[in-house]
Amino acid sequence: MSNSILEMRNITKTFPGVKALDDVTLTVERGEIHAICGENGAGKSTLMKVLSGVYPFGSYSGDIVYEDEVKKFSTIRDSEAEGIVIIHQELALSPHLSIAENIFLGNEIKTFGLIDWNKTNQEAASLIARVGLSEDPNTAIKDIGVGKQQLVEIAKALSKRVKLLILDEPTAALNDEDSAHLLDLLRHLKEQGITSIIISHKLNEIEAIADTTTIIRDGQTIESLRMKKDSVSQERIIKGMVGRDMASRYPTRNAEIGEEILRVENWTAYHPLDVSRLVVDDISMKVNRGEIVGLAGIMGAGRTEFARSLFGQSYGTNISGRVYKNGQEIKVKTIASAIKQGIAYATEDRKRYGLNLIEDVKRNISLASLKSFVRLGLVDGNKEFQKASEYRESMNIKAPSVLSVVGQLSGGNQQKVVLSKWINVNPDVLILDEPTRGIDVGAKYEIYLIIQRLAAEGKGVIVISSELPELIGICDRIYAIAEGRITGEVERKDASPELLMKYMTTEKGKN
Amino acid sequence: MSSITAPLKGVMASVKGRLQGVNLRQNGIFLALVGLVVFFASTTPNAASITPTNFSNLVVQNGYILVLAIGMVMVIIAGHIDLSVGSVAAFIGGVAGILVVRPLEQDGWDWLPALPWWAGIIGAILVGCLVGVWQGFWVAYVGVPAFIVTLAGMLLFRGMALLTLQNTNIGPFPDEFRAIGNGFLDKEQSLNSLVGMSPTYNFSALVITGAALIAMWFVSLRSRSGKIKYGQVVEPRVWFYIKNVVLSLMVAYVGFQLSQANGIPITLIVLVVLVVIYTIVMQRTPFGRYIYAIGGNLNAALLSGINVRMVNFFIFVNMGGLAALSGVLISARMNSAVPKAGDGFELDAISSVFIGGAAVQGGIGTVTGSMIGGLIQGVLANGMNLNSVGIDIQMTIKGLVLLLAVAFDVWSKRRK
Repeated sequence: MSNSILEMRNITKTFPGVKALDDVTLTVERGEIHAICGENGAGKSTLMKVLSGVYPFGSYSGDIVYEDEVKKFSTIRDSEAEGIVIIHQELALSPHLSIAENIFLGNEIKTFGLIDWNKTNQEAASLIARVGLSEDPNTAIKDIGVGKQQLVEIAKALSKRVKLLILDEPTAALNDEDSAHLLDLLRHLKEQGITSIIISHKLNEIEAIADTTTIIRDGQTIESLRMKKDSVSQERIIKGMVGRDMASRYPTRNAEIGEEILRVENWTAYHPLDVSRLVVDDISMKVNRGEIVGLAGIMGAGRTEFARSLFGQSYGTNISGRVYKNGQEIKVKTIASAIKQGIAYATEDRKRYGLNLIEDVKRNISLASLKSFVRLGLVDGNKEFQKASEYRESMNIKAPSVLSVVGQLSGGNQQKVVLSKWINVNPDVLILDEPTRGIDVGAKYEIYLIIQRLAAEGKGVIVISSELPELIGICDRIYAIAEGRITGEVERKDASPELLMKYMTTEKGKN
Repeated sequence: MSSITAPLKGVMASVKGRLQGVNLRQNGIFLALVGLVVFFASTTPNAASITPTNFSNLVVQNGYILVLAIGMVMVIIAGHIDLSVGSVAAFIGGVAGILVVRPLEQDGWDWLPALPWWAGIIGAILVGCLVGVWQGFWVAYVGVPAFIVTLAGMLLFRGMALLTLQNTNIGPFPDEFRAIGNGFLDKEQSLNSLVGMSPTYNFSALVITGAALIAMWFVSLRSRSGKIKYGQVVEPRVWFYIKNVVLSLMVAYVGFQLSQANGIPITLIVLVVLVVIYTIVMQRTPFGRYIYAIGGNLNAALLSGINVRMVNFFIFVNMGGLAALSGVLISARMNSAVPKAGDGFELDAISSVFIGGAAVQGGIGTVTGSMIGGLIQGVLANGMNLNSVGIDIQMTIKGLVLLLAVAFDVWSKRRK
């Protein structure tokens, strides 16, 4: 047995008109945690799909050598039978089924053709214990948090006697605590001899956990870095990913802050289903012209809930509080009125809440401001095209044309379409919820520049982000939110991740 | 498609980038329709399928389904379905009968004076809109899935049809009313006598066909030059002219054939006007664009400030109105309001929409596509009738065509 569990040799995969993978070679040592880094669209996911048999043998060229044998997988089942299990970014769990049912879905424990529930639950309980969960295996998936769901996915992989575990952006939707737990689990699995491949954009995690990092750029392997031996830094990885040194990850900020543009007082909202649960608890805050204000908080702290309840009451029930714009009180009961009053909200989940993925760039950009293109009751398609093309130019949206379907663009470019859409309603206040989630480093920098440009035009910008360095890097002032309340306000010059984290974890009644 | 020669492939490839799938599918479905017409022209005895009278029949026999399909495509793009339209059409037929012909004496409608034909049609369509208000209320404001609301409506309005008609038929209708389903424009050829032309060709039909062709060229040239002015990529000049010349020849051929029969059917004129209006509504008005947005991603539409409830509500009001018009066309054509009218028409309308390239999940579909889908079904039924194919085989084939058309759609999407 050689040292490596997996060798992918000279893998080339082409789609009509595009070479997604070009002679990629990847060697994964037995029992290591191997990170794969690269900008969106670099070919990471394609490579994993080739490995797991989603793209069957014959649709690519090159060899997959696994356990010293050339493998020819034609379906996912083939690769799973060999102990290769992939966990996708969008979890593949059925929400209404229980933890146990999900773990053994498609792989049921049967006696005489009937499911043996006692054994199923018993096995499930021992599997989830291995990943550090103490839930009842009969709990429905929808009733546990996304962090725990991720762990159930790993338990499911363990049930398939996994030898090589592949995780695609496992912590993208997790808060810091859950992420840390997940990373611990991966280390733990490593001790048990399970090899992991992890695709991630979070470089601090990679720095913390990976033994080897392979960088892919434009469908080619750029380099494999031995993390410990060569003491690789995040800057080093970024350099490999973008192919250039990035002097700074955040553009320099020369803020020109004007008078107050938006003030919120005593904003309170309850959960839409569980109406007795307070999700936004007496929040008061303000934004000035030309100012970039951050909202920091762990996931579930009420950041998004606050923003959406403010944006035309699109979330929550029993909402109370006052909103002032330019000193005048305004009413924003519907989304349409919020837009009219100059408030825009770009969602954290662009695929689910932000974009019509089957529609083209042009129509996505114009949707929220369609009325402004209307002449004599009809939409002026030429004007719309012209406007969208202007955005394609100014926002650097990489699409063949504004008639390209949005679903075919990369995450960063989709995000630019979302931003264009909301900039085109000409808002005075823009709330950007996780504007750089799941997009690559180069595109992030571009988004930061756009945010700065908007502030420079005299708009007030509110940025919600889970990445503290990002908030500190771009914001003039940051509010920390915990359990629906504002627990701290920090000026740019005083901001540090430690301070913010302290506020973000402040519990009620224990100041 | 393997026989396509290299240069044509180049043209296709360059056009492909612009058309982005949806239109390509529509062109494919259009070619399928042309293929069917050619196929039946060569197989039916004495080429009966392309005689002037048969062209005329094809239009009037499918008009009411096509009218339903216009409303249905909007419903389906928004992600709903409407199973009630056949029943609504029957109910409205009864309403039209009561309004126009004569109140049924035995059931207490005799106080109501018989209205003039035009007032009857307007009244019937208004009642249809009320039906839409009812269904739209449940779908949009209460939030009951359209499948359930209209499944209930299918029973409910069939019941209403039986109630209004007291299980009998109402007829005959006045000639003016009948004309909308059965009549022809200037059948008496008064324009021919005015200009002193031989009665072989209906001159009015030729004039209207000519006018339609001029309008068609005007619109497509203007849209092209507008696009060029704004720096949009347009299809290659050669392709543009070839496409439009071929299309014009087809329109001219149909018009020419119709002029040798009784002239242009009023149903066709109603239909063309509706197609033009609704194509503009769907492509150029905010309302139409919101329908696509709702079907494409409901949450994104909501968060873009679109009043989704109101849009959904009016989609059903509109569907009710069009189902009513369809009911008027059916009773006018049959010259009688019948409680069993329109039975199963909802399925024909839904099939037309899906054959015409609409997506089951919503967000995709066009009015013209649905018309082509409806015509494919119509030509198929008509051609098989002329070839004396039995109803058993006809239904089998109809089912397979629907299945294969949508399967092809799914398959071509997956290949991408």
